[in-house]
Amino acid sequence: MTQPTEELSIIGKSLIKPDAFSKVSGQTKFADDLALPRMIYGRLLRSPHPHARILHVDTARAKAHPGVLAVLSGDDLPIKFGILPVSQDEEALAGEKVRYVGDPIAAVAATDEWVADEALDLIDVQFQPLPALMSIEEAINSEGEPIHAKGNVHKTVALEFGDTDEAMRAAAHVREDTVFFEGNTHLPMEQHAALAQVAADGKLTLWTSSQTPHYVHRALGKVLEMPMSRIRVIATPNGGGFGGKSDIFSHELVAAKLALVTGRPVKITLTREEVFYAHRGRHPVLMKVKTGFLKDGRITAMQFQSFLDGGGYGSYGVASTYYTGALQATTYAIPRYRFEGVRLFTNKPPCGPKRGHGTPQPRFALETHLDKVAEELGIDPVELRRRNLPKADSRTVNWLRITSIGLGECINKVVEGSGFLTRRTSMPKGRGLGFAVSSYLSGAGTAIYWNEMPHSEVQLKLDRNGGVSLLCGAIDIGQGSDHILAAIVAEVLGVSLQDIQLTTADTDLTPIDLGSYSSRVTFMAGNAAKAAAEKVRDRLFAVAAKALQCDADDLIARDHRIARRGRPADGMDFAQAVQLAEAQGGGVTGTGSYTPPKLAGPYKGSGVGPSPAYSYSAAVVEVDCDRKTGEVRVPEVWIAHDIGRSINPMLVVGQVEGSVYMALGEALMEEQAFRLGLHKFPSLLEYKSPTALETPIMHTYLVETIDREGPFGAKEAGQGPLLPVIPAVANAIYNALGVRIDEVPITPEKVLKAMHDKTKRVGPKSVPAFEFPPLIKADVPDEWKGK
Amino acid sequence: MLRLPRLRYLRPRSVAEASEMAASNPGSMFIAGGTDLVPNLKRRQFDVSTLISLNALPNGTAVVGDAKRGLEIRAGATLDELAPHPALDGPYRALAQACGLVSTPQVRVMGTLGGNLLVDPRCNYYNQTYSWRKAVGFCMKKDGQICLVARSSPRCWAVSSSDSAPVAVALNAQVTLHGVEGTRTIPAASLYKDDGIDYTTKRRDEVITAMHLPAVSGRMTSAYWKLRRRPSFDFPILGVAIAITWDEGVVRHARGALGAVGSHPVDITPYLAPLTGARPGEDLIVGVAEAADKPSRPLDNTDLSHYWRKRMTKVYIERALREACGLPPLEGRLSAQVKAGAS
Amino acid sequence: MSIPERVAVRLRVNGEEAALMVPPYKTLLEVLREDMGLTGTKHGCELGECSTCGVLVDGKPYLSCLSMPLDLEGREILTVEGMSADGRSHPLQIAFAELGAAQCGYCTPAMLLTAKALLDTDPHPSRDAIMEALAGVLCRCTGYLKIFEAVELAASRDGITAR
Repeated sequence: MTQPTEELSIIGKSLIKPDAFSKVSGQTKFADDLALPRMIYGRLLRSPHPHARILHVDTARAKAHPGVLAVLSGDDLPIKFGILPVSQDEEALAGEKVRYVGDPIAAVAATDEWVADEALDLIDVQFQPLPALMSIEEAINSEGEPIHAKGNVHKTVALEFGDTDEAMRAAAHVREDTVFFEGNTHLPMEQHAALAQVAADGKLTLWTSSQTPHYVHRALGKVLEMPMSRIRVIATPNGGGFGGKSDIFSHELVAAKLALVTGRPVKITLTREEVFYAHRGRHPVLMKVKTGFLKDGRITAMQFQSFLDGGGYGSYGVASTYYTGALQATTYAIPRYRFEGVRLFTNKPPCGPKRGHGTPQPRFALETHLDKVAEELGIDPVELRRRNLPKADSRTVNWLRITSIGLGECINKVVEGSGFLTRRTSMPKGRGLGFAVSSYLSGAGTAIYWNEMPHSEVQLKLDRNGGVSLLCGAIDIGQGSDHILAAIVAEVLGVSLQDIQLTTADTDLTPIDLGSYSSRVTFMAGNAAKAAAEKVRDRLFAVAAKALQCDADDLIARDHRIARRGRPADGMDFAQAVQLAEAQGGGVTGTGSYTPPKLAGPYKGSGVGPSPAYSYSAAVVEVDCDRKTGEVRVPEVWIAHDIGRSINPMLVVGQVEGSVYMALGEALMEEQAFRLGLHKFPSLLEYKSPTALETPIMHTYLVETIDREGPFGAKEAGQGPLLPVIPAVANAIYNALGVRIDEVPITPEKVLKAMHDKTKRVGPKSVPAFEFPPLIKADVPDEWKGK
Repeated sequence: MLRLPRLRYLRPRSVAEASEMAASNPGSMFIAGGTDLVPNLKRRQFDVSTLISLNALPNGTAVVGDAKRGLEIRAGATLDELAPHPALDGPYRALAQACGLVSTPQVRVMGTLGGNLLVDPRCNYYNQTYSWRKAVGFCMKKDGQICLVARSSPRCWAVSSSDSAPVAVALNAQVTLHGVEGTRTIPAASLYKDDGIDYTTKRRDEVITAMHLPAVSGRMTSAYWKLRRRPSFDFPILGVAIAITWDEGVVRHARGALGAVGSHPVDITPYLAPLTGARPGEDLIVGVAEAADKPSRPLDNTDLSHYWRKRMTKVYIERALREACGLPPLEGRLSAQVKAGAS
Repeated sequence: MSIPERVAVRLRVNGEEAALMVPPYKTLLEVLREDMGLTGTKHGCELGECSTCGVLVDGKPYLSCLSMPLDLEGREILTVEGMSADGRSHPLQIAFAELGAAQCGYCTPAMLLTAKALLDTDPHPSRDAIMEALAGVLCRCTGYLKIFEAVELAASRDGITAR
């Protein structure tokens, strides 16, 4: 039962989030802020080679160093792990081989970090260096020792929905583009940290700045060979995540092992440089997109190829590979679709999920491609999108179920707000406007490991004074998940935010939540919170109805009262109702859970892409280009986001603005660059991220579509709004200068090069020769048959 | 957390005492604001067992004098004191601009003019942690044998990355150095050597105590343009400093220097000679800028490519010249450049 | 001469004198966090490249990761813990909370203190002045906009009291 909007007292309001004052006062304890009596410090020895066999590790000198309490190497933690069950290819400390500069080899625990650092220098490692493979092409063409035993090809995907070749032949216009998106990293301001403690009874507790404490819990159990019941993982508030803290990291496992070995609390805090090695960031992806169109601009078919540079290990890479081909059809009605993808191992820090996981790259390819097509067809780029919009309550050709879709309205908002259609053709010299759209998941429809259990659970315990204790495994990474949980429960129970006491992300105390990734928390934990709250509310309503001698359906919970609808005097205080319920039936508790509907299509590989609902975004970006230097400034951005419903509009706008910011960084400057096998500049100074001075004027429009399955109709906001901004920048630069930069980041040197090149373009010319496996020919949903 | 090496911290109360301490402690370095030195030490770019703080020396007035008599600027003056200083708002404006364009507000609060003049030449093979440099095989500037930028080079090509150094050269400034052997005052240009390691003529025990800007007869204008990726934080990857003296609208003499395109501030004064005797218009400025980029020889050891930086040299010389000649700015994104300079 | 293990340092932090024995090579950041328990001061690089460790010294924004405690004897050091007075939050803290200017909260202490330094000298700053003042603190969450707005909101209210 969803209340009508006018009855909502907390949902939809820009209230102060529960953790706000703790954060502005400096009271919030991040992982590195924790210290325990007798705590010692751990440090990791990392590989200086991008690719080498480890011949021998001698830790004797380090062990003998005064102040050193333990030294570990690969033999001490031999069990392999990985975030995905299909990619168990990592070791906490490399035993036989290192696969990137920064791959951990050994670890020390010492009385302080000075001693620990000295000890690292006393560990003698003999390597047999192997040729480093630093690009997609090198990984494909290498004839030397592969990075992993099974070869440099980590994953291939080849799917076809309907006969795309036939549909291409029938098209009036076909265009093909090849583009490249360089890798970049999350760069959370907080460096990862973990603190491990072993109690006298042998129970291990790990505090860690993790987005996914449940998966860390599982990995600890596996690698340490301990029952999970003897391990407690507490995720500390993340000082920024963006996907970068959603894997299992060596330092987490090593801190735990060092605590077990020494009996002392052990803290490991990564340096900024090490955070660059931990990475799991945006994959570099080379892409080829080919689309057929009718004369009127409607799409007949699309063929998409992606080549992912995965780095040294699997990480989330199998999912990332699928994601580069998954969401093309959620924004456009594509009748026939082929996707081929391959992820290669290279000798770089492993790539994984960063805000938009696997979809910003294809979105850049697709939206710049459509901009070019629009020009060729003589249709304006907005109209081209409008002609291809999918419908609400439909299936895409690759079986993704769309519920609500506010993309059309998003387009209207930004086009009108920016004056795109009229201004675009009359911009002053060096100025331009660009447009693009996108969509994203509201949570992955399947868990990382296969199981039938809920993805999120919330427990509530009501006390006699009307306080509500809320327990959930979700971790706040700055996105405001604590607020979402509290707001939903407070709304349903008719109490205020301050009445909710949150306990989150503690595997001993809180029920499951899979983690703060894939934009899933509002939707999934939010639904679980709503279900839990409705359960306890129904119990309160039952006792109250009896006492008030009315029908339970006639009651509402609001303003700390449970009363008859429209007759607030005719009721009782919330606390009174709790007392009544407790007197009649014992402690008032309730559990709610959320399991996403089974949405996967009838083909292998259909598990990545489905989501219970998709968010939509549209953006117009204005650029100001210096024609002498190629520098690009973004003075203004218009962005609209279909949020379903805003649980808290202020927090949603915060997510949108943060996404725009991060997108502009990726579009214009951020990149993982390598030289001589090393990360070229693993520092906050030389890895360029935008400063306060580069902040554009942002116009944010929230579009509400009240999704039927979202909690109160809500969808995601944390990732989707990043997606359209990057291609919109590229399209705006074309509008300003007439050059196409088909490669991200768009640096001044590329812009200038394109301006002076006769092709007026910078970007890849082709994709490497690679034999994809035979296409899996999937059936198309009924609604696409015969089209 | 990155930590400093274990070291002693000395706090002399006079310049003489500071020099004595430096002379008697071979493994020592001076520290003032620390904004360049401390990060470098945390990355173990120096072997130091003693830091000699200049922060307990007596504090004088930051700037004394005026354009008619010349200025004396205390080397310990902070960059945020100098950027908005009224004495630097006229002929010496380029120095205020340079100070205001250094890194971040925080760094400008802490960093001193003396420290900025002596920024350790930078290189992205060198300004890296100990473990990174160890992995890459170390370079000759610290712990290694070869130059990783130019492997066959007998010398180090670290880049002079000071904003104030090219300005000091263009303004024909002098600096006073105090050491155990006495005090000397030398032209700013001769403070520097064209070598990434042995980059200064300042002796180990010498402290820069002051910078002197010469008296101006008649009218002088100056300008500093800084190229960098972001309008904050970043070191220059090119700096252009120009100073022009005028006789009733005609250039009497033009001086200039480039920063961040070599291991020392590169004097381009000879290339500016065509301006002398002229009332520079757009065409003359473009022509001079075209030729004056000749000594700019950036290498692949800073942000962005050296091809592009070379290409930008003439663009930025032109822009700095236009400003110094009072011509309106051309298009350009660097509102931050103008804003910070105007502060 | 050998390197002393610890030296005596007297620091005045948040209005209180503290007499400490610390290694002379520990930066202010390390002393605040590890020897004084003031973990409200964060760190993102320890190299002066992000200003996450920002504090105020005599009212000016300093990088605690590059500051040497022995040089700061006799100076007034303010950390985020000292921003509230008499149990009341500083107007900037309230405005940051109200407008969602703290997302993950990690750069927040430095942002707040840097903004305080600005408002203490320029009580009604322009947007440009705010952007210039905050240009040294990196934030990855907010896109900065809500931070600017929160500074403006705080400036628009009475009762900004210098501490």
